[in-house]
Amino acid sequence: MEPSCEKLTVTQREQFMVEGQVFSIYKHFSDLPRSAKNIMLELARDKHIEYLTKGLRRLGSSFCVLDANRPWLCYWILHSLALLGETIDEELENNAVDFLNRCQDPNGGYSGGPGQMPHLATTYAAVNSLITLGGHRSLSSINRQKLYKFLQRMKDPSGGFRMHVRGEMDVRACYTAISVASILNILDDELAKNVGNYIISCQTYEGGIAGEPGSEAHGGYTFCGLATMILINQVQRLDIARLIDWVVFRQGIECGFQGRTNKLVDGCYSFWQGGIFALIQRLGMDVHKRLATDVGKQDDSVGCVQASVDCNSSEKQINLQDASSLSDENHSREEVELAEDGLINVRDLENLAAVGFNFLKHRTQLGPLFHSLGLQQYLLLCSQVLEGGFRDKPGKNRDYYHTCYCLSGLSVCQYTSSKDVDSSPLPQALFGPFSNLLESIHPLYNVVVDQYYEAHEFFSRC
Amino acid sequence: MESEEGREIPLSRRPEWSDVTPVPQDDGPNPVVPIDYTDEFRETMDYFRAIYLADERSPRSLLLTARAIRLNAGNYTVWHFRRLILEALDADLWSELDFVGNIASSNSKNYQIWHHRRWLAEKLGTPATIKELEFTKKILSIDAKNYHAWSHRQWVLQALGGWEDELDYCLLLLSEDIFNNSAWNQKYFVITKSPQLGGLEAMRDSEVDYSIEAILANPENESPWRYLRGLFKDDTKSLISDPRISSVCLDIVLGKRSCVFALSTLLDLICFGFQPSPEFKDAVDALQTAGSGSSLAETICSALELIDPLRSNYWAWRKTMVPTLAV
Repeated sequence: MEPSCEKLTVTQREQFMVEGQVFSIYKHFSDLPRSAKNIMLELARDKHIEYLTKGLRRLGSSFCVLDANRPWLCYWILHSLALLGETIDEELENNAVDFLNRCQDPNGGYSGGPGQMPHLATTYAAVNSLITLGGHRSLSSINRQKLYKFLQRMKDPSGGFRMHVRGEMDVRACYTAISVASILNILDDELAKNVGNYIISCQTYEGGIAGEPGSEAHGGYTFCGLATMILINQVQRLDIARLIDWVVFRQGIECGFQGRTNKLVDGCYSFWQGGIFALIQRLGMDVHKRLATDVGKQDDSVGCVQASVDCNSSEKQINLQDASSLSDENHSREEVELAEDGLINVRDLENLAAVGFNFLKHRTQLGPLFHSLGLQQYLLLCSQVLEGGFRDKPGKNRDYYHTCYCLSGLSVCQYTSSKDVDSSPLPQALFGPFSNLLESIHPLYNVVVDQYYEAHEFFSRC
Repeated sequence: MESEEGREIPLSRRPEWSDVTPVPQDDGPNPVVPIDYTDEFRETMDYFRAIYLADERSPRSLLLTARAIRLNAGNYTVWHFRRLILEALDADLWSELDFVGNIASSNSKNYQIWHHRRWLAEKLGTPATIKELEFTKKILSIDAKNYHAWSHRQWVLQALGGWEDELDYCLLLLSEDIFNNSAWNQKYFVITKSPQLGGLEAMRDSEVDYSIEAILANPENESPWRYLRGLFKDDTKSLISDPRISSVCLDIVLGKRSCVFALSTLLDLICFGFQPSPEFKDAVDALQTAGSGSSLAETICSALELIDPLRSNYWAWRKTMVPTLAV
């Protein structure tokens, strides 16, 4: 991008400043001797674990402004530790379960702290935290009957959900409600009713999804909207081609992702935007067939994907080949009939319960449509803080939110070329040493897969 | 009563609170993520819990919620209870707007503030229209892309009105920063939703001209390209038959200027059935060295794989999705 002779706009100025900082990091990296390079590419596991565990035990007074978000702090920390493959000691685990239980409202749902009102976002965070902890004590502490009633109360006649009693309604609220219902096996057509209508009204002319109808396409809301539509079996109602076209252009010259068109790169979008690719990769063959225009070829063989890494000063030249041709025999997904008004038919009740689990059984139908090694480069060289934790971008401070979503994004990258969610990635899929490998996640819920399986088993029984 | 830190009288020593027993937080003996609350914070919340549990909707409760909000504007429970108090006291909501405005200056990205503002505006109705448009304008003058401000502004327009100057406001913001995607989004909102304009199809022609002008000034600016595409929505027939669009693509490609979006748009046009001239084919062929026999669409994908390597996987995939009848 060459600046014109005229005065730069605010967007241009800010973008150039960030580019300058990022490129100087990449340049510095490329000038280093090989041994120093190897160190810079390492995930600073011990430091991250130290930073995370410290936060779990104690937070300074500057955290007063997050006093209504404590289940989020739990989730950001516990999920990050789980991604790093780290278990916490039993005492801390029990304390976490007990604390979250104190955030559980007697009438259902979880609040931001003991004594506060239940809220959908903190409910999502608490449930995901408890599932990440795993074990009978943790999982059985969730009062699902009451939680269902809470979700019912949050349901708006229009189809969307409110965050709390008389609270705001947006795509995020839909996702947190549906995600929790799905993972706890209490999702039914009453909760799902008209949610699809609300979300498709939030897909913008750009292709991404907004928080509310009319607002700007945004990475966080696009992830939430897409995940929700998948969970309620209505993803084909979205314009997926436009969505993909929007999200691929959210990866910028810095190799990280931005949240919106012409805005700045931010490490957390590694998950919100990167995760979208993880979802798209596993959409059923029927959706992909519909992506090809009506005119012309019906092609059962999907994407011969070659990626050569040549991201600025990155040293590695790698060819990733994932030519997968899928016949319908491999494709075991059930077709879902939709009535014209978008309501789910009664016969799909059992389908809703199985969606989350079946999603993982789909092999990836496509190679990654984004530049996975590039994104990993941004995360490790620009977002990672060597003292522990991750940050938005150079110049910003680390925090637990960014640590969680940078690590989640890193996991998405590492597993993006793997056919199955359980299979170990090839070394060339990773930027940096193979010891950087994280645990894989269930991309619909952003919970570590092993923990998801345990929860799925537990909640299927009752 | 706010006074300087360190000299403030704790609530426990104030006569007006002497009848209330503060309620400590039920964190349990060994909480995780425990916060080192300041004394002021802990005490404020202890008293808040007391009046919240007692459901006391009084003037002193109102003051207390203000105090709690200043310490943590993200506490949605406090905001919710504040609304109940305001209703119970039938309080003056105009001064409440001022209160929110005050808090917003240091918390402009906080959900609770904007939700409270929306609640107030809904209660006050159309008399609040101008004030709300002014307020969002003020926030946007500091951060022209503040997501909450834009959502609130859209809500105000749809619920309360005030559309008259909105298109001009978009044009003003775009004249200051043609890369401001939020302003482009707002423009789209106005031309499609404003009851004073004719709707998308009526506005399309002039909007195409505006977008193309912006594209020619900065072809690397993604916003007008997306906007241009959005003007046609699902009407692909009109899209491929509008000569201005294919024209601007050709201009950019021939001019050897930043042409990722030009080629991408051309690719879309062809996939929808656009028949490019020989001039087009030559221009595209000049960009890369794909083997003969490829369709023009496939050639464009190959060119993009080279010119836009960050998205090479995407362009390779697009190549497999190209319809067989595409030139």
